[in-house]
Amino acid sequence: MSVHRPFTRAQRGTIVNGMLAFVLMLVILQLWLLTATMNAYLGGDESVIWPAAAASVVCLALNAGLLRYLYHIERTRQ
Amino acid sequence: MDERGRERLDARIDSAGREGLTGTAPANMYRPHHDAEQVTLAPDGRPMELQPAWRNDFPIDWPQDHYVERRDFMKFMVLTSLAFTVGQFWIAAENWRRRRRGQPEMVRLTSMRELPVGATQVFAYPTEHDPCILVRSDERTLVAYSQKCTHLSCAVLPRVEEGVIRCPCHEGFFDLASGRPIAGPPRRPLSRVRLEVRGGDIFAAGVDERTV
Repeated sequence: MSVHRPFTRAQRGTIVNGMLAFVLMLVILQLWLLTATMNAYLGGDESVIWPAAAASVVCLALNAGLLRYLYHIERTRQ
Repeated sequence: MDERGRERLDARIDSAGREGLTGTAPANMYRPHHDAEQVTLAPDGRPMELQPAWRNDFPIDWPQDHYVERRDFMKFMVLTSLAFTVGQFWIAAENWRRRRRGQPEMVRLTSMRELPVGATQVFAYPTEHDPCILVRSDERTLVAYSQKCTHLSCAVLPRVEEGVIRCPCHEGFFDLASGRPIAGPPRRPLSRVRLEVRGGDIFAAGVDERTV
């Protein structure tokens, strides 16, 4: 039998810090993707536009999933 | 369930609450009915989950405040992530529109007779909002580029005798023969206007955008 133990506040603090670090890395990656794609578009190179958009969507999905999980552990803390 | 939200003790020894336990107490017997670390207490005494959202978002103790500010910063970062994704699709939409427009029509600019060696001419191509420069660097060489610097779109000026095109805003320099950046902040070459000479007349026949 598994006993449901909600995270303590200290644990939640560590979790949110870890998630924030991961989200920041992904957002920086997205910023780089956007500038590189814009540079390619202005230079007439179309080959990177859709792969970069797909990579950006994956990053957004990861970020949204992490935020959703954070709200989930917040709701279940009681 | 009792009034504090705990499960009542089930007397049966094989009840689900006692599974895996050697004693008689259910697993949540000593579980507190509220978060012991929750220092913020509302004036009306009700638990925080029953309070309005603003009270949860403005706690009075520092650890909870740090948690809330990191959570909200993370929310803001996810919104930023959404904005970047929207930006990617905006570029894709602009690219689709550009492809739909196709190559511009051929336009007569001037004639070889009207453009002596070393002379330059400013023209707009393919639309009136796209200023370009035409340079006759020697008897047989004609080049034409967009006049917008690839750094911040300042108007570039040709220096034919030095073989460069200069951007006065940030001291960017491009090679006159190729349009490639040779000094300063620009990283992309100038867009090149394709030229055709027919019967002594010079025509603009399209635009080549380049990354290198």
